Amino acid sequence: MAPTRPDGPAAGEAEPAPAAVATDPGEPMIVMRQVDKWFGDLHVLRDVNLSVARGEVVVVIGPSGSGKSTLCRTINRLEPIGSGQIWFDGQELPAEGRALARLRSEVGMVFQAFNLFAHKTVLANVSLGPIRVRREKPAAARERAMALLDRVGIADQADKYPAQLSGGQQQRAAIARALAMQPKAMLFDEPTSALDPEMVGEVLDVMTSLAEDGMTMVVVTHEMGFARHAARRAIFMADGELVEEAPPAEFFAHPRSDRLKDFLSKILTH
Amino acid sequence: MDVILNNRDAFFSGFLLTLQLCVLAGVGSLLLGTVLAVLRISPVPPLRWLGTSYVNVFRNVPLTVVFFFVVFALPTIGVRADFLQIPGLDQVFTRLGIQLPYFRMAIFALMLYTAAFVCEALRSGVNAVPPGQAEAARSIGLTFTQNVRHVVLPQAWKAAVVPLGSVIIAMIKNSALAGFFGLTGDLSATFQQLVSARGQAAIPVFLAVAAGFLVLTIPLGLVLDQVERRQAVTR
Ligand SMILES: Nc1ncnc2c1ncn2[C@@H]1O[C@H](COP(=O)(O)OP(=O)(O)O)[C@@H](O)[C@H]1O
Ligand SMILES: [Mg+2]
Repeated sequence: MAPTRPDGPAAGEAEPAPAAVATDPGEPMIVMRQVDKWFGDLHVLRDVNLSVARGEVVVVIGPSGSGKSTLCRTINRLEPIGSGQIWFDGQELPAEGRALARLRSEVGMVFQAFNLFAHKTVLANVSLGPIRVRREKPAAARERAMALLDRVGIADQADKYPAQLSGGQQQRAAIARALAMQPKAMLFDEPTSALDPEMVGEVLDVMTSLAEDGMTMVVVTHEMGFARHAARRAIFMADGELVEEAPPAEFFAHPRSDRLKDFLSKILTH
Repeated sequence: MDVILNNRDAFFSGFLLTLQLCVLAGVGSLLLGTVLAVLRISPVPPLRWLGTSYVNVFRNVPLTVVFFFVVFALPTIGVRADFLQIPGLDQVFTRLGIQLPYFRMAIFALMLYTAAFVCEALRSGVNAVPPGQAEAARSIGLTFTQNVRHVVLPQAWKAAVVPLGSVIIAMIKNSALAGFFGLTGDLSATFQQLVSARGQAAIPVFLAVAAGFLVLTIPLGLVLDQVERRQAVTR
């Protein structure tokens, strides 16, 4: 199968829009219950149970290959799950179709590799979703996009193409693109791992300010400074399981499981 | 030389008709090929199957057989490619509108055949687009159609333009078959007409007809070289 299959709704696009569900502020934004997933024989998610409250920032830490990216990607159903259930904002994730596209537009996602649209300017990257998905007037969408670019500190780069920007600038543009959809939650999959060290700070600053504004965030990262300052909870993931979780200070100071102790000793020596 | 000069009107109108045939069949192939490529990358399995089957059939059957099928078999079930009698277009391409179907049949046959190759060139372009592009598009809520239209195809085009050009050049050469399947007045039919029926010297006629095709194919090849060189620089 083509690796770039732009999977998305095509069949059954006709279902009517469900009435807006009144959301209970005490209800969690993201709930995963008994989620399992396999890639062929590989059991990548093992009985994952996770609940993320509104406005909560959760950091996920774990060795490479433990399933952190897959976990993130199941939340907006970029990856379908094998069994279990996932709710976002009180609604169970819909199957492929218009309803899924609508849900994805409410979940911001930031990738390790930025994934800015290479053939569009930074401004067009940020305004594409509002114009095509939300049907905003192009002029209004561009104005809002400019304000977001200003917020992430790259308004002066608006007319450049992604390849002309530094990694840090590209990632900030990608965050602005996600924010342009006015998402209810944001997923960050190792947003600073592909960056040169001197650019990590500028991206973390933007993320910290989002956290301060009350954005619900799931962040896969090994940046302990960010975890300590911005997160309410840190979760350790290994071999597809959520092994241990605690408030960040305790998580790093008093790891309970041997696997976390071992993992922390490895990343702390660097 | 006299042969060429004496028949220059026949050569010129032959060239024009071949040009018309190629323009129409080329546009038709690009349209049909794009639809096929979208089918082949669609998330709906039966549509993917349809696209794949089409390509497998038309890429693996000789063009002569396709012509044979279109020109001799389709009329027996009442298909005379009348859908190509497009109002307005038949004012410019007058052969489209006439009663005799052979011009339309030639377009149809070339289009059916070439579309399979256009589809594969486009698909190789789609495969050259990093998967993260389509993923990012999905993650902001674009539907499949929007994703293809605004993110994947615009980037796939760039990688596909050179292979597509080769497909079109091959199609121009293939168009010479039309004269052997009922079409009159194009370059290949002119060749037959002058040499077989009117007994003109074959070599000068050959040279003139070959030149007619070269005028179409060589500039296209040069443009492609240029595009390829520019892409190599920006890469
Ligand atoms: N599309 C896929 N097909 C098959 N295996 C995959 C796919 N994506 C990830 N994997 C495998 O699943 C495991 C978990 O991957 P991932 O979620 O990317 O881990 P992490 O982000 O923690 O490094 C890895 O062993 C990886 O090789
Ligand atoms: Mg990962």
